[in-house]
Amino acid sequence: MYEFDYHRASSVADAAGALGKADDGSLIAGGQTLLPTMKMRLASPSDLVDIGFLEELKGISVEGGGVKIGAATTHAEVAGSSDVASNIPALAALAGGIGDPHVRHMGTIGGSVANNDPAADYPAACLALGATINTDKRSIAADDFFTGLFETALQEGEIITSVTFPGADKAAYMKFANPASRYAMVGVFVAQTGDGVRVAVTGAGEDGVFRVADMESALGGDFSSGAISGVSVSSDGLASDIHAGSEYRAHLIGVMARRAVDAANG
Amino acid sequence: MPTVSMTVNGKSVSGDVSANTLLVDFLRETLGMTGTHVGCDTSQCGACVVHVEGKAAKSCTRLAVQCEGAAVTTIEGLASGGDLHPMQEAFRDNHGLQCGFCTPGMIMAGVDLANRRGNKLDEDTIRNELDGNICRCTGYHNIVKAIAAGAAAMDK
Repeated sequence: MYEFDYHRASSVADAAGALGKADDGSLIAGGQTLLPTMKMRLASPSDLVDIGFLEELKGISVEGGGVKIGAATTHAEVAGSSDVASNIPALAALAGGIGDPHVRHMGTIGGSVANNDPAADYPAACLALGATINTDKRSIAADDFFTGLFETALQEGEIITSVTFPGADKAAYMKFANPASRYAMVGVFVAQTGDGVRVAVTGAGEDGVFRVADMESALGGDFSSGAISGVSVSSDGLASDIHAGSEYRAHLIGVMARRAVDAANG
Repeated sequence: MPTVSMTVNGKSVSGDVSANTLLVDFLRETLGMTGTHVGCDTSQCGACVVHVEGKAAKSCTRLAVQCEGAAVTTIEGLASGGDLHPMQEAFRDNHGLQCGFCTPGMIMAGVDLANRRGNKLDEDTIRNELDGNICRCTGYHNIVKAIAAGAAAMDK
């Protein structure tokens, strides 16, 4: 890892200021992706601004039938939250399946969402539940937030402060984890709300998380796994690597989506 | 060079480190506490697991400066005097190791697991929760037995 200067921010405003002054600064909270990336020298920020200790970015509150989660809240805290478990159990389960227990103690939702790893779990939950990503400048709908591979709508220096998840009548996430890395080879989050059904897929898209319109309309009429058994997903635009080809991933999307619907129907 | 101060196994310690010093390197190089191991250095194997503020964390994926003011517990902090911690004793009784390289991380993960999930741990729970700890010798069977026994013994 190259050398850098470290600043522990005292507030979000302080973090924004430090980031603005830095030559090529980066935010850090849990650091569970950033530090390994820096060790591999795929990232070499001049400054790290630590927002992981800011109380104003921590915590979970119930809003309507959903939850608002502070950006520096760890995966373990989300997984263990009774508020999340009672309002959106699928979200608690998803958080409990990220990485491993030690990673979950440190890694944060804000970091995961900001990084938009194409195989990360949280982007699928955000997109399927129609979450809103709140920053120190504005609020961004998940539909507009995830813009490509490791790309988001965040502007230079913009800091995620929380993520708001509306509740769902039924929801479930099913992940086919890479047996070695445990990242999603394909993960499908299905959510049914008063506005209809949303199906979001992570792990498979070359450009990151995406929705499956054909499945959404089929499930809108009949929320059962049988309703999507005939829906095939094209392998165009899906990732192909040593772990799985794009056609295999396309097949897995169908399998995981049906399992998710069955799980959501309990 | 930043000076970092923290509590390690109940003792206040401090040292001058560069910002890019990892917690595990601070423990091993600055403090000379080599019980915490570096296996993969890529956040996968769990040989470096310590407790930060009472929670298991990979010390190869935490900066020393992020632990400013924190309470850290390492494998050296478990035994009291000549008495092994119940989890350490259980690893010995159940032959939960072969080469021993992953053992510090396994034991720290086992103690954390018992702290979080209680003293009656079934095999499935233990195996799932060991996702972040890799052993290349044992095939895990005796590690799983050791953690179940160690967790139960921690209740006494």
